Amino acid sequence: MKKLLSLLLFTLSFNVFASGAVELQNADIDLTDKMSLQRGAKHFVTYCLGCHSAKQIRYLRIANDLGIDEKHVLADIAPEGAGIYDQLHTAMNKHDAEKWFGTQPPDLSLIARSRGADWLYSYLKGFYTDKSRPFGVNNVIFEDVGMPNPLWQLQGEQKPVFEMDGDKKVLEKLIKGSEGTMTEKEFDTVVNDLVNFLVYVGEPVQLERQQMGKYVLFFLFIFLVISYLLKKEYWKDVH
Amino acid sequence: MNIKPTRLRMCGNWVLERFPLAKVWNEHMAHYYAPKNFNFWYFFGSLALLVLVNQFITGILLTMNYKPDAKLAFDSVEYIMRDVNWGWLVRYMHSTGASAFFIVVYLHMFRGLLYGSFKHPRELVWIFGMLLFVALMAEAFMGYLLPWGQMSYWGAQVIISLFSAIPVIGDDLSLWIRGDYVVSDATLNRFFAFHVIAVPLALVLLVFMHIVALHEVGSNNPDGVDIKKSKDPWGHPTDGIPFHPYYTVKDVVGVAVFLIFFATVIFYMPEMGGYFLEHANFIPADPMKTPEHIAPVWYFTPFYSILRAIPDKFAGVIGMGGAIVVLFLLPWLDRGQVKSIRYRGGIYKKALMLFVISFIALGYLGTQPVTPVATIMARIFTAVYFGFFLLMPIYTRWERFKPVPNHITMQPTLEERIPEMKAVIDELTLVTEGENTKRGFNPTGAKNILIRTAKNLKESLD
Amino acid sequence: MIDETVDKSKRQFLTTALTVVGAVGTGYLAVPFLSQMQPSVKAMAAGAPVEIDISKIEEGQLIRVAWRGKPVWVVQRSPQVLETLKTLDSQLRDPLSNESEQPEFSKNPARSMKPEIFVAVGLCTHLGCSPTFRPEVAPHDLGADWKGGFFCPCHGSWFDLAGRVYKGVPAPTNLEVPPYRYETDTLIVVGESAEDKA
Repeated sequence: MKKLLSLLLFTLSFNVFASGAVELQNADIDLTDKMSLQRGAKHFVTYCLGCHSAKQIRYLRIANDLGIDEKHVLADIAPEGAGIYDQLHTAMNKHDAEKWFGTQPPDLSLIARSRGADWLYSYLKGFYTDKSRPFGVNNVIFEDVGMPNPLWQLQGEQKPVFEMDGDKKVLEKLIKGSEGTMTEKEFDTVVNDLVNFLVYVGEPVQLERQQMGKYVLFFLFIFLVISYLLKKEYWKDVH
Repeated sequence: MNIKPTRLRMCGNWVLERFPLAKVWNEHMAHYYAPKNFNFWYFFGSLALLVLVNQFITGILLTMNYKPDAKLAFDSVEYIMRDVNWGWLVRYMHSTGASAFFIVVYLHMFRGLLYGSFKHPRELVWIFGMLLFVALMAEAFMGYLLPWGQMSYWGAQVIISLFSAIPVIGDDLSLWIRGDYVVSDATLNRFFAFHVIAVPLALVLLVFMHIVALHEVGSNNPDGVDIKKSKDPWGHPTDGIPFHPYYTVKDVVGVAVFLIFFATVIFYMPEMGGYFLEHANFIPADPMKTPEHIAPVWYFTPFYSILRAIPDKFAGVIGMGGAIVVLFLLPWLDRGQVKSIRYRGGIYKKALMLFVISFIALGYLGTQPVTPVATIMARIFTAVYFGFFLLMPIYTRWERFKPVPNHITMQPTLEERIPEMKAVIDELTLVTEGENTKRGFNPTGAKNILIRTAKNLKESLD
Repeated sequence: MIDETVDKSKRQFLTTALTVVGAVGTGYLAVPFLSQMQPSVKAMAAGAPVEIDISKIEEGQLIRVAWRGKPVWVVQRSPQVLETLKTLDSQLRDPLSNESEQPEFSKNPARSMKPEIFVAVGLCTHLGCSPTFRPEVAPHDLGADWKGGFFCPCHGSWFDLAGRVYKGVPAPTNLEVPPYRYETDTLIVVGESAEDKA
């Protein structure tokens, strides 16, 4: 019995090597932390909106959900000239995008739902210098990524350390190449806030629906109790 | 008895003189006698009807804002999720409802396998049910294209291209289904028409016929006993009770429990880890970029597994279709004399258990990428799946069955089982150290419980 | 077999209790479903207030903008026109604008916040056509009685330069005046009254 079990586990373990997945770091997602979301919104507009749109969400929604006054959203967060009902469109037009990047940078409204928070967190922290790439950087999570590192000034540059696995060069880890304007802890907070914001943008109603759930379940439980008592009362007839 | 002729009653009588409301109510509810021993497995018919109504209502609300145009569809779904008042709730009720529909229907069908509900004289009920299942799969498949995400697009592309495997007419057939050389706006529009109008009409008609056929012969029961054999002086089956009020009131409890699960998913985990709403579908469809894994939604995975397991494209399509066709043939494949699993021989019980294991295993394998080991396993389980049906005429012909009682047996109710459940919990969690007894995990107790369960299982399978 | 000795009152109570809870639940469910049909955020966005710059408007000129899918007119009226308005009361169906739709501030003879600037929704109150702007007095086709105003070509309704409807024409009420306010002396915001902003 033990032999069979260990053989089974041994064969299953091949799956781990087969996938080749890089281990993801954990993002600390907390949608009740409005300050984090507000900072994240600002980071998004500063570092991402130049190339990426988030056209499924409006500034008005961000103002209402994050508890920011409409005036402040337009003055401090949104780009110049935006209206409160405007969706988060990027200034970069399709023609220029295709010329400079080969393709239009994807809209990021739902990136947190398709990739996941941990992936995004690890991705934004995972850029390293690579002279062979057109923008001089590569990424541990997204191999041969086609964009530059938007946060390089904050993080500084990272250098790859390779090791030989047989005759294949495999990335072992990343080490600091040059200093950025922030400490590692400060930078981690920036990335976390940004990812937190992206999770919010993916589904703005998620916090509200989770909070609503308990009332619905409570009501249904009452309904269940009464219906069960009614059933038992009628079924007294049946033998 | 003198009933006061109020205005309401007079209006009511005016209608009743012209429309057989009272007759229908009596025939199908108040005087429809159903066996009194319906158990857990008998909730799923009414739940399926509830989910159908849910899909109808939420579907209609969605069509108010959804745009069936390849350029607009994806954004219109996000518009519903964000800008339309309560749109997110309607969307989640519809997407969760789709998965709930299949859970309920699979359990409903399983009841048929347990108690022989497909056997004479209910073969037609089963056939209508199978037609409903096929219609439901078509409805779900076409509905899934509508959000126009990566998985919507590529899933449709893969499945429709299967039709091209059919010799001679295959390519033309695929072209005709798609309305274009690849899945495109033309495909989206026609799938919308089918999903919103044609198939729902078919579903409603089939549900009606399914219930009418059932009421014509009467419901089966967990003992497989014919309740019409024994009647009381008023002509009613002694083992029967009128559907209304007894089963209406019981089904309401079933609805309440179901809604609790339903609401939990909607409000706390609508994506269900990517099984109810697949992650890749949050990326707009891109005909130029194929996703790494194309997997159908979880409820199609067993059949997808069978398709992939067979190395030839056309044979795979035949296999996948055959997996559904054998279900149609079930009433004629089963040569057993006895309806209910309670009285059938061990061989059917073992076969059914293997079938369940293979169905679940095939389902799991269908979500995973193709590897050599996975393919071998899928082939083994496909053989088991088909074996369950195709070998049935052999292994059920000389079945050793237990004597079937003349009357139905009443099983212990939930309340009656409580002392026994308490005893098991105590065995698992009471730890005695010398004089003291406290709560903790009792490994000896756990071991004993497992051994007893294994023994009971082995005995029941013989 | 069914027992006939039943506790009817308990059954009635539980049935009623369940019906009430069920009705409440259905009501709770109906609210989101019905409010789903209310204008979405996109519709509200499209219906948002519109700004009109009147710094360059000339006497006798009409500026037309779209607000909530409807045409809104801004007309610069001369003092002469304002005088003429006072003489028309006897020919009008509702000279004091008791039955027409307008904000409180425009329930005055000139029907506007500032007398020289007239703001109105440019749709005839009969069946919704957009009337033509005819500021000239006694033109050939309209006759000597025409003192300047808006003429609806669809069924011939006459409105004066304060949007008030004449007697004997199909239109029942004066032209609608939308809520509006002055952001500055030369910037009108249509769709928002002064109270809305505050």
